Amino acid sequence: MELSRRQFFKLSGAALAGSSMAALGFPAAEAVAEVREFKLSRTTEVRNTCPYCAVACGVIMYSLGDRAQNNRASIMHIEGDADHPVSRGSLCPKGAGLLDFVHSPSRLLYPQYRAPGESGFKRVSWDWATDRIAHLMKEDRDRNFVAKNAQGEDVNRWLTTGMLAASASTNEAGFLTFKTVRSLGILGFDNQARV
Amino acid sequence: MPLQSLDIAARSATTLPSPGIRRTEEVAKLIDISKCIGCKACQAACMEWNDLRDEVGFNFGSYQNPADLTPASWTLMRFYEVEPAGHLEWLIRKDGCMHCAEPGCLEACPSPGAIVKYSNGIVDFVEENCIGCGYCITGCPFNIPRISKQDDKAYKCTLCSDRVAVGLEPACIKACPTQALVFGSKEAMREHAADRVAELQERGFKNAGIYDPAGVGGTHVIYVLQHADQPELYELPKDPKISPVVKLWKGITKPLAMLALGASVLVGFLHYVDVGPNEVKHEKKASDRRDRT
Repeated sequence: MELSRRQFFKLSGAALAGSSMAALGFPAAEAVAEVREFKLSRTTEVRNTCPYCAVACGVIMYSLGDRAQNNRASIMHIEGDADHPVSRGSLCPKGAGLLDFVHSPSRLLYPQYRAPGESGFKRVSWDWATDRIAHLMKEDRDRNFVAKNAQGEDVNRWLTTGMLAASASTNEAGFLTFKTVRSLGILGFDNQARV
Repeated sequence: MPLQSLDIAARSATTLPSPGIRRTEEVAKLIDISKCIGCKACQAACMEWNDLRDEVGFNFGSYQNPADLTPASWTLMRFYEVEPAGHLEWLIRKDGCMHCAEPGCLEACPSPGAIVKYSNGIVDFVEENCIGCGYCITGCPFNIPRISKQDDKAYKCTLCSDRVAVGLEPACIKACPTQALVFGSKEAMREHAADRVAELQERGFKNAGIYDPAGVGGTHVIYVLQHADQPELYELPKDPKISPVVKLWKGITKPLAMLALGASVLVGFLHYVDVGPNEVKHEKKASDRRDRT
């Protein structure tokens, strides 16, 4: 910008007058002050249970958009569920940081398998994974199942396989897990609640 | 002026009065240090709600992480190993803005509307108006504001003004799993704190008390301390006050400067009326031209 001596003086004078007016209580523009907009106003709320420990605190997940068909929801905030009887809105630091757990680049999203002697994991389908687990369980059970004890009494034990269940399950899911595991004869059965 | 969801009680570097006929309830955060287990859920919740992700820190021999408040860490669990009565005590204090009734930062701030105090007691920084001068740091008796190297603006705890404005409690309060953090009206918090102090005294903490320092007009973040007679154990100032330098600058120097400014304008005007502008004589101009040729 080219300024003549006269223009420079005019400009400096105007700036000085402006800032002096502001200092004397005649602001050029109103000092805008407002709190940050509440970011959850129209988000979609979904209830869930914190996946970490056995306390199973209730959480609410807030995702972007109102589930319109052209909207791709993305979780943008997670906080405690005030109506949840266990935690009544509170969370521990792990629960309070769940958002970064959800969006973590190292989060496991699908089953992976590393065959004996191989150096890396490869992605497998859920069907393949459940089939393989079922086959291994059956092989082991067929080999090691104990139907009767030394006295000839019926015991139906399967002692070579154990089951560690998750803790953050409903009573119904817990009932089904218990029935499935016990009906197979497994005795080594525990859940994460005691960890 | 945008729609205000919270009424403004005071604004930095502004002489215009703020609208003030509505009465809103004063709010307060109560930090009961005797109940805190130092889990840092409040720190995580604060980062999550305010969309802040600080750099991953390093271990310097304490659970405290990061080592100090930063522009992206507005609250911090501070861990103290002290021996006030001959035996070791592990004191854990949640540090952050105290939301003073007479905020030193607001007093010191020279940028119009960069620091505001809402009528419910929250002291908030409006970063759009911040010029990054750092006067708020000088003004703060608790050493709270931090200036970001990224955008040269000051940041600190907002007491989740965006949540409180719509009727919610701050994020840290909601997360706290031991109810060491409680939120409500200032009156309710003082009552709750008094109950807790009585309980602690009954349990042998003879000097338990409330930290709500009168030197800054009371605060909207109050502590229940086991050793209220020795706030230094928690690195809290015993009698916090706005720095006399800030008082001197804003209280005497600035009005005097304003007066001088007004006087010079007046003198300038009188000079214009009496003497008038300096006019260039025509004959002289002509002679100038002759000189040049």
